[in-house]
Amino acid sequence: MEWLIALMIGVMTASGVFLTLRARTFPVVLGLTLLAYAVNVFLFAMGRLNIGVPAVIEAERLAYTDPLPQALVLTAIVIAFGMTAFLIVLSLKARSELGNDHVDGLHLAQDEESLHATLPPRQADPKRHADHPFEQTDALIASTTTQPIQGERQQ
Amino acid sequence: MNLLAVNLPIVVLLPFVGAIFAALASKINRLAAAWTSGAVTLLALAFLSPAVSLPFAGETLVQSWAWMESAGLFFAFRLDGLALLFALLILVIGLLVILYARYYLAAKDCMGRFFAYLLMFMGSMLGIVLSENILQLVIFWELTSITSFLLISYWQHRKDARQGARMALAITGAGGLALLGGVLLLGHIVGSYQLSDVLAAGDLVRTHDLYLPTLGLILLGVFTKSAQFPFHFWLPHAMAAPTPVSAYLHSATMVKAGIFLLARFFPVLSGTPEWSWLVGGAGLLTLLIGAYTALFKHDLKGLLAYSTISHLGLITLLFGFGTQLAAVAAIFHIINHATFKASLFMVAGIIDHETGTRDMRKLNGLIKYMPHTAALAIIASLAMAGVPLLNGFLSKEMFFAEAVTASQANAYAWLIPVLVTLAGIFSVAYSLRFIHDVFFNGEPVGLTRTPHEPPRFMKIPVDLLVILCLAVGILPIYTVAPILDVAVTGTLQTTPPQYSLAIWHGFTLPLLMSLLALSLGVAVYYKRAWFFTTYRRYFQRINAKRYFNRLFKQLTRVAVAITRRFDKGSLQHAAVWVIAASVVIGTAGFMQFSSPLFGERPLMAADPVTLVVGVILMIASLLTVALHRRRLISLIIIGVVGLIIALGFVKFSAPDLALTQLSVEVVTIILLLLALYFLPQASPKEIGRRRLWRDALIALLSGIGVTLLTMMVLTREFDPISSYFIENSVPGGGGTNVVNVILVDFRGFDTLGEIVVLALAGLGVFALLQGMKLPAPQHDLQGRVWSLDAHPTIMQTLTRLLLPLMLLVAVYIFLRGHNLPGGGFIAGLIASVALIVQYLANGIAWTQQRLKIDMHWSIGFGLLIAISTGLVAMLLGYPFLTSAFTHLHWPIVGEFEVASAIAFDLGVFLVVVGATVMSLVQLGKLSTASHKADHPTSQQKESV
Repeated sequence: MEWLIALMIGVMTASGVFLTLRARTFPVVLGLTLLAYAVNVFLFAMGRLNIGVPAVIEAERLAYTDPLPQALVLTAIVIAFGMTAFLIVLSLKARSELGNDHVDGLHLAQDEESLHATLPPRQADPKRHADHPFEQTDALIASTTTQPIQGERQQ
Repeated sequence: MNLLAVNLPIVVLLPFVGAIFAALASKINRLAAAWTSGAVTLLALAFLSPAVSLPFAGETLVQSWAWMESAGLFFAFRLDGLALLFALLILVIGLLVILYARYYLAAKDCMGRFFAYLLMFMGSMLGIVLSENILQLVIFWELTSITSFLLISYWQHRKDARQGARMALAITGAGGLALLGGVLLLGHIVGSYQLSDVLAAGDLVRTHDLYLPTLGLILLGVFTKSAQFPFHFWLPHAMAAPTPVSAYLHSATMVKAGIFLLARFFPVLSGTPEWSWLVGGAGLLTLLIGAYTALFKHDLKGLLAYSTISHLGLITLLFGFGTQLAAVAAIFHIINHATFKASLFMVAGIIDHETGTRDMRKLNGLIKYMPHTAALAIIASLAMAGVPLLNGFLSKEMFFAEAVTASQANAYAWLIPVLVTLAGIFSVAYSLRFIHDVFFNGEPVGLTRTPHEPPRFMKIPVDLLVILCLAVGILPIYTVAPILDVAVTGTLQTTPPQYSLAIWHGFTLPLLMSLLALSLGVAVYYKRAWFFTTYRRYFQRINAKRYFNRLFKQLTRVAVAITRRFDKGSLQHAAVWVIAASVVIGTAGFMQFSSPLFGERPLMAADPVTLVVGVILMIASLLTVALHRRRLISLIIIGVVGLIIALGFVKFSAPDLALTQLSVEVVTIILLLLALYFLPQASPKEIGRRRLWRDALIALLSGIGVTLLTMMVLTREFDPISSYFIENSVPGGGGTNVVNVILVDFRGFDTLGEIVVLALAGLGVFALLQGMKLPAPQHDLQGRVWSLDAHPTIMQTLTRLLLPLMLLVAVYIFLRGHNLPGGGFIAGLIASVALIVQYLANGIAWTQQRLKIDMHWSIGFGLLIAISTGLVAMLLGYPFLTSAFTHLHWPIVGEFEVASAIAFDLGVFLVVVGATVMSLVQLGKLSTASHKADHPTSQQKESV
């Protein structure tokens, strides 16, 4: 059982580390989430593995699991959520300010191209090729005002 | 209260407080800053005055408070003769400089800033001389470097001022670092950082193995601060400061801080050959270089700067001689130099002020235009040259006598009196140049205005200083003798040796040297053309600033190169370094242990269900990675990982964690889904194969490392501290759920910190999303248009029905939390989910109409409640966050237990609900806003 838990922690760590080293914000957030899982389970396991002995005092029971790591992990889970929320919003901010989702704020012109090359084809949409999302928005606003496309939407 | 128990820290701290008032006063009236500074200085003098008599009575006043006792740091002050002399110099000359500066500064200069800096400097300087603790001394030492930087760069628009300030800061700052090292070593040797202990441990220090490094480091601090060769070159560049600053910092006080340290540690460090060679050598070289170079400076302040360097060298050389009589001469010369040099700087400032230039090639014959100033300058210059009946003569005579004594030391020591006389010759020559070139020697050249005498009060400080020069020179016994005596006692820490302050000692060798210096000095000035030619030919090219700048540039280049290797402005790069370094360091750390990798603890057998579920978790983790470029899919898969972890908590006796993990998982996935809407739906393919392999390797190594680490712990027995919590949970905390009791009671302060973090994260999300505009995507990767059917009717109906139920569950979980799995965190998350579901199913506008609670208030009240439960305990006389509980009997419900910790838990609950709901709703609003921008129809639909 111990080996199983240790391996689980190891695999989550490895996956988390690999994703954390990616260049786009979303995988990095996922990677950090995985790392947070791994750290939480690791901390939890420091109280050793016990089955059927929760740390709730009962009169006729003698054995209890270690409650301290649990208390630590409980707050760690909630804080990890707070951190994830902040990070993902930070990545949204970066995208809105810098126009891309690269962790270094780089805008690589070949981004969209490489998406074309590696993912299933989609409908041709010239507006998607605009370099900056603001320009896209402008183009979209322009299109909605000049030609009504509700008809397309309602289908 | 006895003033003698607290007055020294007041004297030191008063100028710092006064600096604030000076800065504020200048807003009311330009000159108010000057008057405030003057008043503060007088007040400091007044606070010092009750203690003045103590050193004269042979007492040392020490006032000490514990600061960081374990580190040997005390907030401690000391007043002995040496400290008194310096404190008086700092305060009295400071007062004169303030009066002078009030007239010197032009209307466009900011008075408040100048006087605030000046007072801060004064406080730092007083801190150095009055410190009993040598660590505290170093703190004030650094403060003088910083305030001096601010003062030199006072005219920020001038490039030379900025460069000079930077150079001074770099050199004195480096010296300060060395001094800190030296002081730490000294304290290590002595076993105490209190000056009283250090001064008594001279023999121990001098014979210690670490004596030489200690001495070297302390001397580095001294030489940089007091502009000793080879660090002397910063001082002339610091002359870009306003002249009152030059007079105060760069002649009378700050550059004397190094000298002060030599005097302070004289009983501890002196008397060894190392001391004589290092201190004496540096002093002699500085004396010669300064005296020689001063003659050739055309700038008035440049001449005075090099002259100051030379006099500082003279004092250092005297300390280098290491005899008690030499120390007397050194202290005497400190006083004399401060008086005549400060007055000369002020004269230079007056001339600059009245003529608009300091170039001696333009300034000639000024005696006709400003006879009063000229008279003052001539007397002060003659004192500088060492002419009889002036104070400079007395100390210089003693200096020559000590040089003659030192010539007995070894076969080459006869050179000392010769070289010293040589320096004397040049010092006479440059003093003569200061007099002749400026006040005589024809008519001024190319001045834009006719010079005249300065305002009366601008001359008064100079008047007073020059009168002092004369008084000390003519009647030394009645003027300087008492303070000199007590200062020497303070320096030597014993009764001073016999010395004579008489003007006439008969025809002695020192007198001959003085006469030789005077007559040959006149000759050198007469033949100055030849000396100027040789100087220009051989020495003018040596420009220390150029070497310094080159060194600075190269250092910067090296630093930048090193930084660039690690920091390429890329998060990926930095993350690789951090993770790879932790793998390497962790491995290296464990390599050192010789014990077997795994312990002896018996392992638990794995049951098939757990095994299968565990393998699913690992597969899900790996799939998250494999499919990470398709973001939606990887997000769904990572949810599997989170849910299995929740199951694991159930299995391994952690019901609270399972509940928390489950609800957090739901909220996290919703959050990421909302955010993903605004991000590209897929990541582009990475081209660099090598980078992928490298990252995979790092990830693999981290995974193996963490697995092994976990096993190393899990296979070993342990002795937890938790038995305390389990035993005291019911009697002490009044709850049977130990995890919850730990959270709200035993470790309540931690929890308070954690909800603060959560609150900050929630507010941070709110702040970041303010005014953010992001375009909504039109369709997904496959080209499918986003569904506009935002709120399915079945879900709407169901969630509205479910809301009261879910809230009821939250309340139930909250109330039972102290005794059964649950509590504020979990209840808060469940309530958040209940509310968020309403937003999701019914739309934000609809929900907000019905739920008029601003989540800011929830967060704020939560924190307020949590903190006030702690404060109530404090008011009742218990430590912060102490809880109490009692059993109440409610009708129908029955026996009910109420713990004050439940109020704390309510705070936790409110913060969790507030932060969570706020994060998600703000993000949701963003998408609604973008919908509205893109789809005018959906806007109408929503308003229906």
